[in-house]
Amino acid sequence: MRVGVVGVGDVGSAVLELSAEYGHTVTAVADSESATVEPDGVDVSAVLSTKRSDGVVGRADPEAALEGPYDVLVECTPTTLDDAEPGFSHAGIALQRDRHVVLANKGPVAERYRELKELEAESDGTVRFGATVGGAIPVISTIEDFGPDRVLSLRGVLNGTANFILSRMATEGLDYEHVLAETQDLGVAEADPSFDVNGTDAALKGVIVANVLQQGEAVSLEDAEVEGIADLPGSMLDLAQEDGRTIRLIVEVADGTVRVGPRLLHESADLAPVGTRNAVGIETESAGQLNLSGRGAGGVETASAVLSDIERLPE
Amino acid sequence: MNDSQTDIRAYTLRLELVDEPGELLRSLKPIAENGGNLLSIFHERGNVTPRGHIPVEVDIEATPDRFETIVEGLRDAGINVIQAGTERYSEGLTIILSGHLIDTDLSDTLSQIQETKYATVTDISLTAPQGATDISSARLKLATESGSTAEVLESIREIADEKDLRLVEPLITGGDV
Repeated sequence: MRVGVVGVGDVGSAVLELSAEYGHTVTAVADSESATVEPDGVDVSAVLSTKRSDGVVGRADPEAALEGPYDVLVECTPTTLDDAEPGFSHAGIALQRDRHVVLANKGPVAERYRELKELEAESDGTVRFGATVGGAIPVISTIEDFGPDRVLSLRGVLNGTANFILSRMATEGLDYEHVLAETQDLGVAEADPSFDVNGTDAALKGVIVANVLQQGEAVSLEDAEVEGIADLPGSMLDLAQEDGRTIRLIVEVADGTVRVGPRLLHESADLAPVGTRNAVGIETESAGQLNLSGRGAGGVETASAVLSDIERLPE
Repeated sequence: MNDSQTDIRAYTLRLELVDEPGELLRSLKPIAENGGNLLSIFHERGNVTPRGHIPVEVDIEATPDRFETIVEGLRDAGINVIQAGTERYSEGLTIILSGHLIDTDLSDTLSQIQETKYATVTDISLTAPQGATDISSARLKLATESGSTAEVLESIREIADEKDLRLVEPLITGGDV
């Protein structure tokens, strides 16, 4: 397939690097200020090195890439809340051109799901967004395989940064501030970690799952009940540990509601992964609980989910 | 027809009654009305629970289905069912609270939780690393009646909210705590 990529951060770069391996041709690339369009195939390594050295991906305008010759547009710009722009418009342009859209950007799916589905309904293109939840873990496609109406609930850890902080606090007996600083030094947490530690990122993923399960009645971030882990006292983790338990930031999606907050669970529970790993339990109507775990973030991991979504697109 | 509709068994119900006239009779009504066969009543008039209630033990015969209806009927009538069959407080619940636990009157917090109809605090572990006037944390173990976990948690959320305490709830998956 001919692939257009908008957004050249960790995920976008990894999609560019892996596309050829999956048998696709990258024909358009854009970041927020520049673009390269090449109907016969973009020189991916040249684009990535220009991005590193000059901070641009080419000489064309980003619009040229959006209007460019691709079959599927991969949207990897940073997640934004509320109107979810510019990601939402990028998806809209591609759909209006009857092209497919694969999103790694959570904004449009979490905040404007209904509108996105309406645009899809009017288009010959298809929208997929498996990469928005759980990185490399096939959460969305597993739900689709079972059939959303046969899935009762989903619970689990969907934010690696918060999970890393909580597991470090538990194993090292250190307090929140200390572990957060260390996590930032390691590059696991961003300079502004609020998205991760206040539960917003996890909640967006929960909202996306709720939208898939609900099929119709769209929910958005403001419908979610969200509590983060910022400044969680180390003594809470100590008390949990004395009792063979631990605390994790858990997303719960059930009956159309989304709740995110620190929860107590057994140290050895399937839904209490260690480090940056994610783990989710999907409660199905007839097959009980299904647990999935793995790497929930990272450029290459998320890019692999994007490429799997491209494979699932109709021709 | 399956066993739950035909198989008659004996059950013991432990109730806690308010010490008021007519309470015992009122508690027997849902049993009779829902097809329970009364075998015996042990009314411990002189024995008062810590909450000032009178414990009553009732033995009945009923099918499992009817028994469930009887327990529901008793609860609907506002009668405190401590034990129904073998399911005495069959669900254990652990929570952790943090905040100005001592300044906000820990014992009041505990009694408020205790007063939520279906729970009783069975164990508490408190840690106040910075002294009693600063942030402290407590782990509470509660015994809750089967099927009432959601309700108990909802009440605890309200109590924590009111006292500005941080609450870590247990993760409850598919009905299994």
